[in-house]
Amino acid sequence: MRRTLRLLRLFWGTSIAAEMEYRSNFLMSAFTSIGGLVGAVFGLHLFYRGGILLGGWRWEEALMVLGWFTVLTGVSRTLLTANLGRIVDHVQRGTLDFVLLKPVDAQFWLSTRRLSPWGIPDLVFGLGLVLWAGVKRGVSLVDVLVALVPLAGSVVTLYSLWFILATTTIWYVKIYNVTEVLNSLLEAGRFPVTAFPAGLYRFVFTFVVPVAFLTTLPAEVLLGRGRLTLIAFGLGLALALFVASRAFFRFALRYYTSASS
Amino acid sequence: MSPAAAFLRKLRAFASTGVALFSEYRAELFLWSLAGVIPLIMMGVWRQASATGAFPLDPTEFTRYFLAVFLVRQATIVWVIWDFEAHVVSGTLSPLLLQPSNPAFRFVVWHLTERLARAPFALAVLAIWLLLFPDAFFWPKLGDVCLAVLGIAASFATRFVIQYAFAMVGFWSERATSLEEVWFLVYVFLSGVIAPLDVYPDVVRTIAAFTPFPYFVYFPVQLLLGREENVLRGFVVLAVWWGLGYALYRVLWRKGLRHYSAMGA
Repeated sequence: MRRTLRLLRLFWGTSIAAEMEYRSNFLMSAFTSIGGLVGAVFGLHLFYRGGILLGGWRWEEALMVLGWFTVLTGVSRTLLTANLGRIVDHVQRGTLDFVLLKPVDAQFWLSTRRLSPWGIPDLVFGLGLVLWAGVKRGVSLVDVLVALVPLAGSVVTLYSLWFILATTTIWYVKIYNVTEVLNSLLEAGRFPVTAFPAGLYRFVFTFVVPVAFLTTLPAEVLLGRGRLTLIAFGLGLALALFVASRAFFRFALRYYTSASS
Repeated sequence: MSPAAAFLRKLRAFASTGVALFSEYRAELFLWSLAGVIPLIMMGVWRQASATGAFPLDPTEFTRYFLAVFLVRQATIVWVIWDFEAHVVSGTLSPLLLQPSNPAFRFVVWHLTERLARAPFALAVLAIWLLLFPDAFFWPKLGDVCLAVLGIAASFATRFVIQYAFAMVGFWSERATSLEEVWFLVYVFLSGVIAPLDVYPDVVRTIAAFTPFPYFVYFPVQLLLGREENVLRGFVVLAVWWGLGYALYRVLWRKGLRHYSAMGA
């Protein structure tokens, strides 16, 4: 455990030092993050101009879902894109060899080696939106603490989906787009899942691309109406996907032929 | 060789390499097209919302609208800046400069051939969605289709030339793509991808009308659906922005070439 923490400090220290070479990017990413959020709030507001409750959710409640979505975007910008996007390069150039030879868990190294601070504005603004909406709806501190549990589940679920997709690069080298597909499907997480028509849409966003568990569930828990069975199911899903991602990576490595080395 | 014959020969060369390239990466292209599902996601939310709320469009019209958005997006996607940036950063722009043809020509032809490779997928998605929502099916009028095709072509040309002008910034900066990212952010909210402009507040609509964004998506979609639209104004605005983009490209291209250091070559 201590070794893990020491490694993380080294990994992230060097990544931040490297990224600080491009400090002006930070302003840029803060700007796009605010712009994106303003646009998203505006886009959400369009529904409420028609005098409806989007999927039965009040305005502040829907903002909470959007807030969690922004937080998860921040997580994927700081950790997932930075690391998992590079697996393609490692496979293409054969440098995955060096990773496999290191005396650390290869999946751990591939998933945590880099930290990109450019996702931090999203994390901050997303949390800010959630807290603002929470205060408006009068949620208690206990609810906030409890909501962190399904949120942790969401992060693990998101990570595992990404990692499983990134692992497929071992067979299909040019798969960078797969993550792009995942990103666009996850866009559905901006809305509470009940905002989608019952039937195919809701089925897909619950079981195929589980955005229902990624953003709707943490918001429900925060509002104090999370059902225990759903929370348990969400955590179970996260755990199952995580185990699956490890198993899949091991399986994929058997097909790794180490290009050009 | 006459200029026309030379032009045709170049066109054939680039088109055949383009076809070879995109048929090699079929899976990749399939995924890129799948990444364009955002209009279909928005369609779900709007369909459900308009069933109960007071909106200018009913669920069927929303479905048609977003299917048209999906098609227009598939036909007008531009990615030249990422290609161009990679060529500048790695120095592989140099061999392109040695060829007796402006590199822009190659990129345009590649974009067009890519559309051909994308078409089967886009039509398959359209067919599946029409099966799911048969109420959305209708035959657009022939005149509308012709106008829409012109509108799509104008939208593509303008998006391309503006993004190509941004790509020229790559001669000076390694992160020219962030320009495109900011541009795209505004594009998403003002072009009509997330919602038809009909549901926007009037203030926002008026402001948007002075930007090129609504003419990139909303305008051709309106033409295709045969809904009321100021046709002349749309084409004039697109032409003006095309001219601005082209002028910017010419200036930056000339200065940029002098600045270009052919890194790694």
